[in-house]
Amino acid sequence: MKKHLIGIEDLTAGDIGTLFETAAQMHDVQRREVKKLPALRGRTVINLFFEDSTRTRSSFEIAGKWLSADVINISAKGSSTSKGESLRDTVLTVTAMGVDGLVVRHSASGAAEQITQWVDCPVINAGDGMHEHPTQALLDAYTLQRHLGSLEGKHVAIVGDLTHSRVFRSNLLSLAKLGARVTAVAPPTLMPAGVGQWAAEAGFATSYDLDEVLPEVDAVMMLRVQRERMSGGYFPSPREYTIGYGLTRPRLDLLRADVPILHPGPMNRGLEIAPEAADAASSLVLDQVSAGVAIRMSVLYHLLAGEPEPLKPETIKGV
Amino acid sequence: MSESVLIRGASLLGAERADVYVADGAIREIGSLSRSADRTLDADGLVLLPGLVDLHTHLREPGREDAETVLTGSRAAAAGGFTAVLAMANTNPVTDTAEAAERILDLGRDAGLVDVQPVGAVTKGLAGEELAELGLMARSRARVRVFSDDGKCVHDPRVMRRALEYIRAFGGVISQHSQDPDLAGPSACCHEGELSGRLGLPGWPGIAEEVIVARDVMLARHTGSRVHVAHVSTAGSVEVLRWAKAQGIAVTAEVTPHHLLLPTDLLAGYDPTYKVNPPLRPVEDIEALRDALADGTIDAVATDHAPHARQDKEHAFVDAAFGMLGLETALSVISTVMVDSGRLDWAGVARVMSQTPARIAGLEGHGRPLEVGEPANLTLVDPSAEVVVDRDASVSLSRNNPWHGRSLLGTVHATLLRGVPTVLGAALV
Repeated sequence: MKKHLIGIEDLTAGDIGTLFETAAQMHDVQRREVKKLPALRGRTVINLFFEDSTRTRSSFEIAGKWLSADVINISAKGSSTSKGESLRDTVLTVTAMGVDGLVVRHSASGAAEQITQWVDCPVINAGDGMHEHPTQALLDAYTLQRHLGSLEGKHVAIVGDLTHSRVFRSNLLSLAKLGARVTAVAPPTLMPAGVGQWAAEAGFATSYDLDEVLPEVDAVMMLRVQRERMSGGYFPSPREYTIGYGLTRPRLDLLRADVPILHPGPMNRGLEIAPEAADAASSLVLDQVSAGVAIRMSVLYHLLAGEPEPLKPETIKGV
Repeated sequence: MSESVLIRGASLLGAERADVYVADGAIREIGSLSRSADRTLDADGLVLLPGLVDLHTHLREPGREDAETVLTGSRAAAAGGFTAVLAMANTNPVTDTAEAAERILDLGRDAGLVDVQPVGAVTKGLAGEELAELGLMARSRARVRVFSDDGKCVHDPRVMRRALEYIRAFGGVISQHSQDPDLAGPSACCHEGELSGRLGLPGWPGIAEEVIVARDVMLARHTGSRVHVAHVSTAGSVEVLRWAKAQGIAVTAEVTPHHLLLPTDLLAGYDPTYKVNPPLRPVEDIEALRDALADGTIDAVATDHAPHARQDKEHAFVDAAFGMLGLETALSVISTVMVDSGRLDWAGVARVMSQTPARIAGLEGHGRPLEVGEPANLTLVDPSAEVVVDRDASVSLSRNNPWHGRSLLGTVHATLLRGVPTVLGAALV
């Protein structure tokens, strides 16, 4: 496994399999009364967040703590702009404190990759702008795989604001690595630039017609649509968006039985996803959250625990 | 009285070989000369060009003397074979008054390495709203003729129209930074296309340039004034320019060395060295720009030399400063891209890097023929010298050099400003 996890491209299909195996073991730990493992005792992980985040930050924090790492959260929002301290200085300052792993969230695409040139420790990308969010994609695929079995040949629809979504970009790559087929669904204004050429090269499909796609798929992943996109003129009104691209109650009938529904959160109930869909028996939204901790434990373990040897049963037994 | 210089055996504009004798600031004799001089330059195998003229530099003084000064920028210009540069107005304070323009002129004279000609702002503070004192700048000692809000587009069509009408009184020209701010906002930093889609970088679509170029050529036709399109970057803009020139509209255009060679793919690693405005474009655009420069649709090469202090580039890509160095490498890039490929001969290089830019800017004494009696603003090029660019060897104060590590063919061997060598043996005097 590579030193850093910046994007899904850093991982082979084999790496993903290894991460999932460890995550499954970690998942079992989550259900115990005593959850702490000693694997990262004495290691320090800094969650360096240049952008607000509650779920991803807490998920990494819990993951680090259950592995016995010392986890420090640093909110650096606004400290690195073109007028303030440079990104390099911020990162050098933080890592000079002595750190074994850096979990980075930034509103700018590419920030995590840029940071790798200035630090010695592993860098884990917890979301960079509109680029990638690899641990989210890993937890999505892990959740789907637990539900569907192998993803080889499975058809997944990803629906929503694709242009601004790092979750979309990472999922596209991870699902492809695991052999799944993706159809990306959005109105033309929320399709990434150059998506036609990209889709042709990367082998995914695109559609403007959700109703046509839903009956075909083995899983559907709804993405959050930020209401402020409306002021950007990406679509005329929330009502029109919901009618065109929301997973509404009537649309549930278009899905084959038990087709899982995913959403990375936070959900805009009533906009991109109806409550009936979010709370459906086939909804995996909460499974995603719980898998998130297991996946992040797995990633931290493999990147920080030193020699990436297989986890021994006695290690798992805990303290 | 300056020392006399005998340039022996140079190929004039890449054609016939001759000796050129320079004294008292001018070319005095051309031919097979048996005379001596205070200094003799062996120019066997070298090409003699009129001194290069850059329509577009950022010298950063006043305001950001940590990135570049008029003196250090002049050094970079001379090293790059330039004898005149136009200094863009987006300094701090902005060059939007006669006094500010004269100050730049004086700083350039003090440096004494190239003629530094200030560009005046079109609007006060580059705010795009009220006209700057265009006439007073034109009447000043600096005799400003080129006006630009470069860095920003004169976006309001009413302001652009009035500015174009107003400058007719003194034969001015507006150099437009063509960027529709609604189609390419302040965060736009990557050519909008497949790569920006994949990288998740805010897209800067070619259309944001093209709609302004199209609008401005119609305003030029309507007003009868001259528009100069700065740093043309797309095939679509080239099409508009070709049409406009066929109509006889008074429009000229420049292209930067980086837009002629560096493709948008370089952004894949998010290295802010490659962040520039307008952004690096795909190879299809690059090909169209090369063709347009060769066939005259694009009139001139201009560097858009944009030095930045290191810390201003050490941000996340979207937060980092726009711009890259260009003065010292421009001739080598053009030699590599245009001459070595057979698209331009050396006379063509003289046209696009000296004669036409001097004419567009109204600079007397530059871009002149290599004839007796003409001012000795001269550049001696070694067309067969290969150079691997080393950013640390730069005489600029800044290091945001996208050419670092690249191998280029053709270097500046010597530069003379009014007969006085500023560069000899490829080094500053």
